[in-house]
Amino acid sequence: MMGATDFSLGKLPTEQKKLSLISFSGEFDKLVATFTLATGAAAIGYEVNIFFTFWGLDAIKKKQGRAFVGKGFLPKLFGFFMGGLRSAPVSRLNFLGLSPKIFRYLMRKKNVATLEELVEAAKALEINLYACEMAMHILGLEKTDFIHEVKGVLGVATFLELSEGGRTIFI
Amino acid sequence: MSTFKLDITREHCPMTFVKTKIELSKLKSGDVLEVLLTEGEPLENVPKSSREQGFNVLEVSHVEGLVHKVLIQK
Repeated sequence: MMGATDFSLGKLPTEQKKLSLISFSGEFDKLVATFTLATGAAAIGYEVNIFFTFWGLDAIKKKQGRAFVGKGFLPKLFGFFMGGLRSAPVSRLNFLGLSPKIFRYLMRKKNVATLEELVEAAKALEINLYACEMAMHILGLEKTDFIHEVKGVLGVATFLELSEGGRTIFI
Repeated sequence: MSTFKLDITREHCPMTFVKTKIELSKLKSGDVLEVLLTEGEPLENVPKSSREQGFNVLEVSHVEGLVHKVLIQK
């Protein structure tokens, strides 16, 4: 991206619509759905929040492959087997991790944005990314384990406050 | 005031909107973005969502085949 960006709305004093997504599954196809909705909505003027919880947290880890991330023996082991964005399995017919590779190939070949491109677009559109405090605690993760675009660590009460007045979708 | 160009004829949802929005964000007030897009969702929704966000859609015209041109002023 070049130069400064300004995502403020144009000249009409319209009220901004809002979409909040709860990214729970951490699966490749559901992450594609999450980031497609998020970037599409942000691009047409919605304020967008994504709240990553449980397996969803894998998508925002700094280390995108398999790595022993997390504090403690069990969290580290979980962290390794779950991996990050690049190791996300598909929810059906994963074939031991072969399917996400096939999907990435097909998406590139058909000129459809890949998961990684969608995540980059989400960052460029300044979508609000949040991590779930409770799930981080279970999995021994800290904010520094996540990409720096993650705006904050939240609990249910703050998420409900942020999502109020808009639509919320659980994926 | 300058004019910038963006070709999204080979893009699919959501990148049609995403690339338009990111390109518009780089412009100064008064600048114009010339977007080449195809019929269907991009033609129906890029001008509409730009208007909804308060940008001026100066022109929507047919170029050739399925390709159309939209001029959006920030």
